Amino acid sequence: MTPHLTVMASDTSGVNWVALTVLIVLFALVTVAGFMATRFKQADSLESLEEWGLGGRKFGTWITWFLLGGDLYTAYTFVAVPAAMFATGAVAGFFAVPYTIILYPIIFIFMARLWSVSHRHGYVTPADFVRGRYDDRGLSLAVAVTGFVATMPYIALQLVGIQAVLEVAGLGGGDNIIAKDAPLFIAFAVLAAYTYSSGLRAPAVIAFVKDILIYLVIIVAVVYLPGQVGGWDAIFGAAEEKMATTNAASVEAGLPPTASFIPGSAAFWAYATLALGSAMALFMYPHSVTASLSSNSRNTIRRNASILPAYSFVLGLLALLGWVAIAAGTQPIGLDGEPNAQLVIPQLFEDMFPSWFAGVAFAAIAIGALVPAAIMSIAAANTFSRNIYKEWINKSATPAQEAKVSKLMSLVVKAFALVFVLTLDKQNAINFQLLGGIWILQTFPAIVFSLFTRWFHRYGLLLGWAAGMVYGTVEAYSVVNPVTGKHFGGSTALIPGLEKMGYIAVTAFVLNVVVAVVVTAVLRATNVSNGRDETIPFDYFADADDPRVQKDIAEHATHDNPYGDADDIAGNAPAR
Amino acid sequence: MALAAVLLAIPILVLLWVPHYAKEDPKLFGFPFFFWYQFLWVFLCSALTYTAFRLTLSARGKTTHKVGEDR
Repeated sequence: MTPHLTVMASDTSGVNWVALTVLIVLFALVTVAGFMATRFKQADSLESLEEWGLGGRKFGTWITWFLLGGDLYTAYTFVAVPAAMFATGAVAGFFAVPYTIILYPIIFIFMARLWSVSHRHGYVTPADFVRGRYDDRGLSLAVAVTGFVATMPYIALQLVGIQAVLEVAGLGGGDNIIAKDAPLFIAFAVLAAYTYSSGLRAPAVIAFVKDILIYLVIIVAVVYLPGQVGGWDAIFGAAEEKMATTNAASVEAGLPPTASFIPGSAAFWAYATLALGSAMALFMYPHSVTASLSSNSRNTIRRNASILPAYSFVLGLLALLGWVAIAAGTQPIGLDGEPNAQLVIPQLFEDMFPSWFAGVAFAAIAIGALVPAAIMSIAAANTFSRNIYKEWINKSATPAQEAKVSKLMSLVVKAFALVFVLTLDKQNAINFQLLGGIWILQTFPAIVFSLFTRWFHRYGLLLGWAAGMVYGTVEAYSVVNPVTGKHFGGSTALIPGLEKMGYIAVTAFVLNVVVAVVVTAVLRATNVSNGRDETIPFDYFADADDPRVQKDIAEHATHDNPYGDADDIAGNAPAR
Repeated sequence: MALAAVLLAIPILVLLWVPHYAKEDPKLFGFPFFFWYQFLWVFLCSALTYTAFRLTLSARGKTTHKVGEDR
């Protein structure tokens, strides 16, 4: 099962016209449907669509559950995780399964409180909450900036996903530097145009068509493909063999073995901390918080938290597609002739499916990356205009100015995402998401601890955040990819004191908490003011029956509101 | 409520304790233990979280009402 990477290179170049045409037609259809739905909504004539989109009390839990699922499948699940499985195995990729399982008990614990206090006080970002809790602009700025910056690599991951599809379909290529990155620039241009024109409305129709496409592809892929390559026994056998071969080659080249079939004892900490860190980090992102706050009651979040884990099952099967590709002998060769693991799933689809269905699959992956990327960039941009621009730059900004800044910033955040893709190692796309996690996790103490207690001092939290950010960034920078020699080559490093590899985000988080506790103890002993708290204990338990909460929900109910529900489906803060 | 907290903590602690499931046997339908065990926990976690949800609902139901419900 040793890969002969050059043998099939000639087969993968050239344009797959059928697949490309299907991809473009489906993409155009979905986009047009989205725009038409937006028109309908403005005319206020589609009550039923509204009802359907708004979370389906009419449709019942199961169909709602089905609809929510479409949002969980993005480039992370379709491209990055299987690629990591294909390249280096279970520790690098399969941790996504425990990550997306323990995610839900974690948000169950704190998200209902955040929902209640936010709707009592009209908060729409975590930075708003921190500002209200401590009356501290500095800490609030730290949270806002982190949310903005950490979203960039996450969008970068989606760009890599779209690029992978376009590259396998045959767009771009050639030797000169512009043609080589053409798929990436096309992906960027499409995303920018898409976000700029449709904004956050991304109507329910798009979500519905997108979900149908994604489910169709997932079901066909996980049911049909394993049988085609000899069943699961053969798949696991091929993967075990490939990981052993890869490790043997690494050792021969004088490098540490990094591949794993099942995590060995040296990788237990890495596996556990990658899962834990990712799970704690996800709901700190601006787009996740926006989506959670848009649910219609605090119980919706908890009910969804109890049924959403089932998606992790399908995520696990998609992850294993990376190993199906090993058994199938898929050769992910980029248009530049170099092997690129990120192409493995689109390539597998192109090899195994008839061209027209490969086109459908490509469309599903591309749309499944575009929609979340648009939602992420708008959420980050809104955080910027609300917590940075309006708070620090132009206090008397009009709503029109604020909206303009938001639009501009949604472009800026995507431009930076593009810079991430161009400068970092895109062979390991999952690392983009992990890098974002290192940063965003440092806002966890300020947000989540503060939901439960005001024992922590605002300056303690701020210094802890700073310590975590600096440590995490420096550590991540010093991880050098042994093959390409690039910095930010991975997101695991030795945990000081344990001498085991672990996710840098968690190590930085522990440092963050230690600093916060020590500084808090000192400042409390010296009676330094901890700011004024505008919240009261009841705020953290209020539900949809509270008049202030009702007023707040009514204010945020319009589709033109920049902080409204991203996709009109309540409570579906996604696992991306 | 304490019981709900315990129910929520179980899947987190179990899945983070990697050594007890990082092994190949026993296999199930060709899946090594490591993989099918984690798939199994998807459903166990769902059940535990749902139970915790019911517990918090009933604890809350004694004090407040939902909108539109008869008081």
